[in-house]
Amino acid sequence: MSHTILQVENLVKRFGGLMATDHCNLEVRAGEIHALIGPNGAGKTTLLAQLCGELAPDSGRILFEGRDITRLPIHKRVGAGIVRSFQITTLLPKLTVRENLALAVQARTGHSFDFLGTVADESDLDEGAEDAARRVGLIDVMEQIVSTLSHGKQRALELGMALACKPRLLLLDEPMAGTDPEESKRMGELIHSLRDEHTLILVEHDMDAVFRLADRVSVLVAGAVIATDTPEQIRNNPQVISAYLGDDESAGPEAVQ
Amino acid sequence: MKSTPSHVRKPETPLLAGLPGPWTAIAVALVLAIYPLIMSSLGEEFYISVGSRVLILALAASALNLALGYGGMISLGHAAFLGAGGYGVAILAKYGVIAAWVAIPAAVGLAAFAALVIGVISLRTRGVYFIMITLAFAQLFYYLAVSLPEFGGDDGLPLSSRSAIPGLSLESDLAFYYFVLFTAGLAFVLLYRLVASRFGRALVAIRENERRMAAIGYPVFRLKLMAFVLSGGLAGLAGALLANLSLGVTPHTLTWHQSGLLMVMVIIGGSGYFWGGITGAAIFLLLEETISTQTEHWNLILGVLLLFIVLVAPNGVMSLRERIIAARRPPSPAHAKAASEENAR
Repeated sequence: MSHTILQVENLVKRFGGLMATDHCNLEVRAGEIHALIGPNGAGKTTLLAQLCGELAPDSGRILFEGRDITRLPIHKRVGAGIVRSFQITTLLPKLTVRENLALAVQARTGHSFDFLGTVADESDLDEGAEDAARRVGLIDVMEQIVSTLSHGKQRALELGMALACKPRLLLLDEPMAGTDPEESKRMGELIHSLRDEHTLILVEHDMDAVFRLADRVSVLVAGAVIATDTPEQIRNNPQVISAYLGDDESAGPEAVQ
Repeated sequence: MKSTPSHVRKPETPLLAGLPGPWTAIAVALVLAIYPLIMSSLGEEFYISVGSRVLILALAASALNLALGYGGMISLGHAAFLGAGGYGVAILAKYGVIAAWVAIPAAVGLAAFAALVIGVISLRTRGVYFIMITLAFAQLFYYLAVSLPEFGGDDGLPLSSRSAIPGLSLESDLAFYYFVLFTAGLAFVLLYRLVASRFGRALVAIRENERRMAAIGYPVFRLKLMAFVLSGGLAGLAGALLANLSLGVTPHTLTWHQSGLLMVMVIIGGSGYFWGGITGAAIFLLLEETISTQTEHWNLILGVLLLFIVLVAPNGVMSLRERIIAARRPPSPAHAKAASEENAR
């Protein structure tokens, strides 16, 4: 069995009286696609935001490769290899695909505090950008302005931006959001092709995709992981079934004070 | 390895918008270099110091443009840095330090330090709050200057002579003009290198989408702070030159009115365009100069003219070039392709 790449211990995040993350524990193994599912409002996005550093937890720890990264700012986590993609496409819409990807490569290669060197020599940025574009199937639209791309291609670029950072752990926030069935299928294949080189945490509402792609699934309810197992086991887990199908009130009193 | 066919014209995006070509820059430098010679041969020596003033405020506006136009940091407090540079030179002169190579870098350093302090605090806020907090800091500096009698209080601090350069007197308007042209020229070269560098590119991209830039690993706060400090330092350089031009500095330099004027210059010139601050300052000051000699109601006419410019070119005068190019150019291949696909259906 492969080693643990990410360990979340007793993570807590409160928003006023609401426990958005309630003593959450999670363990992700290197090289797996680990899906994170749960009913609306279970705290999936909040957890993801804490993993990538956008939100600071109130207590608990996050270990990446055994190193405590709980207080590390976003850009240092990206440097360490944790990169996220967004549920709502978050790109630089006025720039070309090439420029978007080159910016992601530039962040990794540094020199952003290089004030005086002109960007005439782009070869290192271009190569990285083209690698990422080939990976997500955008190599033919490199010079197009992003806002003129179809939604599906923008979703692909959303993933390409994360890939251009050469992540070790990819946090994908609903990569299929808003795509049509054809685009969704292609995104699924793409995600599947990533698992050889990357570890993935996949937050997704499309259950077919989750059960098809994931090696293991964690179920988040009211801010805590109630079960982690293989897709087959999760499907038949009575706790999970009641969380999804049963009365939401059972989680209510704990979540809202 | 290039995968794109070379006939595809690269679209002009905000990353490259308005960067000057070398020939434009050389032409502008040449015109500025012979300008005082023409004026003195016409016997209009007065216009030499008008030229100095335009150059200095063009520098100040361009400094603001770095923060506002490129970095998206809408500062309504850049008068603070202009004033810090001016007071820096004047205070040093009061204590006998008039050597330009000491006084001017010290003034720039003072302004950059002020920008560091103001930036560290203000850059934690966004939008309207950032505007208000930078304004508040500038007002703080204004009242500080007014309330310190040893530095002139309300009346300001006069400069008994201009900063000194060994072997060259800056007392004549002509010599001072060339000193300003040289100094501001260096600053413009620096600014150009800044906005054309990887730093400048990251800055523009942060303006376009801060959250994305953070997510792909940019230390967003530090990059913005660095741009703000550089912007403040360059505004301080303009302030130091301005105090030398007018032989003194008054608290008026620190008023929000002054911050607003710089912002107006950037906006009419074109915020986020390299020539934006320069064009805006030139248009504003030359209009002010010509109209105010004709009528005492010059403010009214100036206001109407500025309104007209903003209506014709909402993104500034420098954006007109792109609009003209776009209007002339036949539809791009991508559009043509989309149109033919439409027709095929």
